[in-house]
Amino acid sequence: MKLFKLRGGIHPAGRKELSAERAIRILPLPKRLFVPLQQHIGAPATPVVQVGDHVLKGQLIAASQGVVSAPVHAPTSGVIVALGEYPAPHPSGLTIPTITLDSDGCDRWIETVILNDPFELSSEEVSTRVGAAGIVGLGGATFPAAVKLSLSRKTGVHTLIMNGGECEPYLTCDDRIMRERAEQIVEGIQLIAYAVGARQVLIGIEDNKPEAIAAMRAAASGSAVQVVEIPSMYPMGSEKQLIQVLTGKEIPATGRPADIGILVHNVGTAFAVSEAIRYGKPLVSRLVTVSGGAIKEPCNLEVLIGTPAEELIEFAGGYAQAPARLVLGGPMMGQQITNPAVPVVKGTSGVLALTADEIGQAEASPCIRCSTCVRACPVGLLPLEMAAHIRVADLSGAVKLGLKDCISCGSCSYVCPAHIPLVHYFNYAKGDLAAQERGKLKQEATKKLADERIARMQRIGREREEAALRRKAAREAKEKAALAKTTLAPNEKAAPATEEVV
Amino acid sequence: MITALTSLTILGVILGLILGVAARVFKVEGNALAAQLQDILPGSQCGQCGFPGCAGAAQALAEGHAPVTLCPPGGRAVAEALAAKLGADVNLAGMKETVPMMAEVKEEICIGCTRCFKVCPTDAIMGAAQQIHVVFREACTACGKCEEVCPTESIKLQPIPATLQSWRWNKPAAQLA
Repeated sequence: MKLFKLRGGIHPAGRKELSAERAIRILPLPKRLFVPLQQHIGAPATPVVQVGDHVLKGQLIAASQGVVSAPVHAPTSGVIVALGEYPAPHPSGLTIPTITLDSDGCDRWIETVILNDPFELSSEEVSTRVGAAGIVGLGGATFPAAVKLSLSRKTGVHTLIMNGGECEPYLTCDDRIMRERAEQIVEGIQLIAYAVGARQVLIGIEDNKPEAIAAMRAAASGSAVQVVEIPSMYPMGSEKQLIQVLTGKEIPATGRPADIGILVHNVGTAFAVSEAIRYGKPLVSRLVTVSGGAIKEPCNLEVLIGTPAEELIEFAGGYAQAPARLVLGGPMMGQQITNPAVPVVKGTSGVLALTADEIGQAEASPCIRCSTCVRACPVGLLPLEMAAHIRVADLSGAVKLGLKDCISCGSCSYVCPAHIPLVHYFNYAKGDLAAQERGKLKQEATKKLADERIARMQRIGREREEAALRRKAAREAKEKAALAKTTLAPNEKAAPATEEVV
Repeated sequence: MITALTSLTILGVILGLILGVAARVFKVEGNALAAQLQDILPGSQCGQCGFPGCAGAAQALAEGHAPVTLCPPGGRAVAEALAAKLGADVNLAGMKETVPMMAEVKEEICIGCTRCFKVCPTDAIMGAAQQIHVVFREACTACGKCEEVCPTESIKLQPIPATLQSWRWNKPAAQLA
């Protein structure tokens, strides 16, 4: 198949050899699990259990609310011990609402229904069940999968692209799942294609994973699913870049793949879809790569959602040396964490303990305008110019240069010889713009409230005046009637007086 | 009687006509710019800028008596919008970055006097006599009017606690450039 050229990109040291040959192992059942209510993009789920409830593995413990949301299921059987705040797997170190579950050691599933032919279901039913299973994009973006499916069905998608790029250094969990569970992934892919009515299905896998390519080719032979070998490059696993390399089409700025009739899903998501549809199992675990120079025995683990990251590190033999930085996800775009007790969530693809050498952090020096970052940017932006605008607080200037198209891949920061934290500037600016946007929305809302209040106060004032007038009129009428009573004969008084009051 | 009535009526009609025509001919255009500026301002009439409500502030801005950074509840977003409207070049980097605040009721000492929600310009406080009052974070503009009227100092402006939704990266420390 003909591949298309991609601009920019970098070739960081892959370091996948640390864990690539380690087969998937299942992490022993943890004692206590911390399951956050928000593990996806959209509205957080609402708990449907109480403290003290006994739940089974796979039981719904928090329901989705709103259109873009995802439910959360119990990762194992046990007792709910708390509904409260717990540190989030997030660089801020803030807490989020979390359900704490003590496992009872049985790991007993709810009753699940196994379908012999999942394709008997209607395509709507497939996406409903994907939604009910709490499946989100497992590549790291964590967008609710069912929302993407039903939107794609509505807008009409012709091509389904499966993302087996895994371009982030260190991470090997997608590689391993493709090697070891290829059949089930292919079934999941076919289910997704069936749910959205896609005619063409492509799986893009980087050429640094020959075993995964071979396994997927073998599993997909005889089906319409086509495995495509793509060059290894960072950020090949980014949605936009993958589409560009496979189809030559570019997603319009601020647009979505569905705008050009394409849907992209991660291979791990396809596996979860197959589990949910054929075996009736909601998403309660995922594959995680534990790696980094500070880890004694890097490995790939199947981990229950909610397991504290430190338990994974312990299982991997602990630290070989003190880590300089802990990261959830890949080293390029992952979340730096300070507290190793934070839980693994649906979007956690890796737990990395990096040494100071691996981070390679250095003091920033002035920009020498070498434009290496411009050549590295896969989107075609001018990182040095944007950062210069942001530094002097000219955010609108940065937006004009295309800040909103930046995918925060970090290629620019990686190649910058002056070690300027370019992507940090962009993340800061995007956060600031989002805050301004929220502020604006809030101001519009409060302005409406203020206007409504003024109108209400005026109405109340008017009504009070009118009521006063009515009372005055009534009083006068009464006085008049009383006057009439004294002057007129008793049998002629009543009728006119009452009429006047009305 | 008739003569008096007719003469007065005719007089009234003529004078009315003159007044009407004069109102049209000598009409003073209300400052259109002020109206546009008022649209940008929050409209909660809190008076924190020192002007009588948002209309007064807009008037002062249009006449150039007030800086675009005058509105504390509006923050930087409003200041920027005002600067863009007025074509003014202000150094917003120098504007004090205020922490977003909201009113919060200390439930132990709230006596349910209802004074605070009567003055709230955005109906952000809910309560009733002898009942503890609560503040809706989404509707509170941190104008501080409730704080002034509270007899027990139970309602106070507090910084809005950061959540994962509102958290954002800090600006990188300035490097030599």
